[in-house]
Amino acid sequence: MTMEAPLAEQPTLQREPVLSLRGISKNFGAVQALTDVDMDIFAGEVVAIVGDNGAGKSTLVKILAGVHGPDAGTIMFDGRRVTIPSPAAARALGLAIVFQDLSLCDNLDVVSNLFLGREVSDFTLNEEEMEKHSWTLLRQLSAKIPSVRIAVASLSGGQRQTVAIARSLIGDPQVVILDEPTAALGVAQTAEVLNLIENLRERGLGVVLISHNMADVQAVADRVVVLRLGRNNGDFRIPEVSYEEIISAITGATDNAVTRRATAHGTHEGSDS
Amino acid sequence: MSKNKTTAANESPAELAADVLDERLIRHEGLGGAVRAFFQRVRGGDLGSLPVVIGLVLIWAIFQILNQNFLSSNNLVDLTMQSAATGTIAIGVVLVLLIAQIDLSIGSISGLAAAILAVGMTQLGWPIWLAVIVALLAAIAIGLLYGILYTRFGVPTFVITLAGLLAVLGLQLKILGPNGSINLPYESWIVQLGTSMFFPPWAAYALAIIAALGMFFSDWFRSRRRVRAGLTGNSVTLMFIKAGLLLALLLVAVWYLATTRGVGVMFALFVAFVVIMNFFLTRTRWGRAVYAVGGNVEAARRAGIKVNRIVISVLMLGTLFAAIGGLFATGRLTAATLSSGGGDTNLVAIAAAVIGGTSLFGGRGSAYSALLGIFVIQSISNGLSLLNLDSSIRYMITGAVLLLAVIIDALSRRSRATHGQA
Ligand SMILES: Nc1ncnc2c1ncn2[C@@H]1O[C@H](COP(=O)(O)OP(=O)(O)OP(=O)(O)O)[C@@H](O)[C@H]1O
Ligand SMILES: [Mg+2]
Repeated sequence: MTMEAPLAEQPTLQREPVLSLRGISKNFGAVQALTDVDMDIFAGEVVAIVGDNGAGKSTLVKILAGVHGPDAGTIMFDGRRVTIPSPAAARALGLAIVFQDLSLCDNLDVVSNLFLGREVSDFTLNEEEMEKHSWTLLRQLSAKIPSVRIAVASLSGGQRQTVAIARSLIGDPQVVILDEPTAALGVAQTAEVLNLIENLRERGLGVVLISHNMADVQAVADRVVVLRLGRNNGDFRIPEVSYEEIISAITGATDNAVTRRATAHGTHEGSDS
Repeated sequence: MSKNKTTAANESPAELAADVLDERLIRHEGLGGAVRAFFQRVRGGDLGSLPVVIGLVLIWAIFQILNQNFLSSNNLVDLTMQSAATGTIAIGVVLVLLIAQIDLSIGSISGLAAAILAVGMTQLGWPIWLAVIVALLAAIAIGLLYGILYTRFGVPTFVITLAGLLAVLGLQLKILGPNGSINLPYESWIVQLGTSMFFPPWAAYALAIIAALGMFFSDWFRSRRRVRAGLTGNSVTLMFIKAGLLLALLLVAVWYLATTRGVGVMFALFVAFVVIMNFFLTRTRWGRAVYAVGGNVEAARRAGIKVNRIVISVLMLGTLFAAIGGLFATGRLTAATLSSGGGDTNLVAIAAAVIGGTSLFGGRGSAYSALLGIFVIQSISNGLSLLNLDSSIRYMITGAVLLLAVIIDALSRRSRATHGQA
């Protein structure tokens, strides 16, 4: 499918995607988790990846994170063809991943978690520099964290999510990938995280959001990519697509009759789109 | 989003330091604030070394009531010398526990070091330093092997080191040969170190003053760096009080010990090892990585920490400290025997680390737990032998104390969970 310029404020129609996947395939033994998946991510754009359980979303993330290698396909980053052999390589490229299970160390404080694995140090740790930078970063994200010297375990779910997202920003990534960032959060904390995602977009980053929650997707995403049984099954611009169309792409009811029926059904009931 | 991309956040420190801008933050200022902050931490389950210190004071009080000699200068000097060897082994245990692993072979390794030292010195005619280095290298090599086995094959360290316990014990017996016991020449410095090498009082006082000054200046420089970075500094009064208390404590201790033999060099070395490891754990990237691996291995790996390297380095340090402790013990006993490092050495060292406040669950604890924990255990054992009670009672009481320590560990873990700090 052809892409139009994803954002209205973008002056030119032709833009290079910052991250571009072509023909990505991955199998685990007998399970073909991903088959020929294509995807483009542009700077300043939020792309949602949706799909049923087992559709291959997390597998795609793990390939980008350098956890798994793809069996086939190419990854282009910033116009260059790249391979991502390790999590460190993904970070070095400018790809930051916020995993579904957060990956924070509960026994360490906020600053230590933010800078974990990339501490500012000249033989001894430069705690002052790191703490200062932490405050600047958290403020830029309008994060509500009372102290950066308390253990991460004592933060609320939304605050922990904020720390995880803030951590991905250290080292100035170009693309941030969030795997179900709102799955375990309450209403207010979900809103906080959605605000953060918009904040990332305003900073000009490419954002990939994986979510099962269509309300979240429709609230913040510019574009939604549907995976079904490990294959591409639709790529829609959010303002132009209805809830029913996304759902039918996810469940596989994409042939014309069903789509038309779903759309008709939707308009008949005067639903949300 | 009201003020995205602006740099306003950078300009605020002029009025208020960056870390106190949030109005919900409970601020603790001055001496009263520090005391309040302390109690709040304790209530939240962050007990630190408080239970051990209280326990130690209780134990000392009880034994002093039961036997007037317990707190005598002479007995306290004995206590410090008895603590040094196993305490040094316990430093290694702390490190290994911090990454949520365990080394059950530390006793055998300390015995192996003893055997290598004795055979090298007496039968092979090596100079002592060479025998010491060979013993330490052997231990490091074993630690490296454990690390490789663990990282390559994923066998739990519990099992690897259990196998190591037997294999290394066999090696120790083999090296000792048929006699099974080798006496060290009394004039050798390693024996002197273990038995009769004490600092002259002036040197011990000087060390005490250096330690207190070191703490003060380290706090002071840190506070200055914080202010320069636009963060809140610490109160100078508080720093003075802290360093002053430490100085007073050390001076009184040195003075009291000096009324008989004084501060043992071996004990001072043990304390120095504790301070050095504490520095590496709290002030370097390596230390941060150790805590991260113990707290959440997967998170550490995803953060780009080379987990395998950290694990291997820690296991190597664990066996290294076991060997140093073994050498200390040999010097103190003036002989290497079949039972060097045997008996309860293993369990006492592990118990010391846990009693001192290092969590068995990984990621929590400090190098100081080795010092505090071994004091508790040695005080009990020393006190009971003053009362002429035999080792049957000593084992039972030490077992009970260990159980208590583990219960405190588990309870404070639960308390942290209910206070949202799991
Ligand atoms: N490490 C693995 N080994 C074997 N099979 C795997 C592995 N990881 C994923 N799979 C398989 O790949 C398929 C895709 O899984 P994936 O985790 O990517 O799904 P998902 O879209 O993230 O699902 P969910 O919405 O439930 O998180 C599944 O059939 C799963 O069983
Ligand atoms: Mg998933």
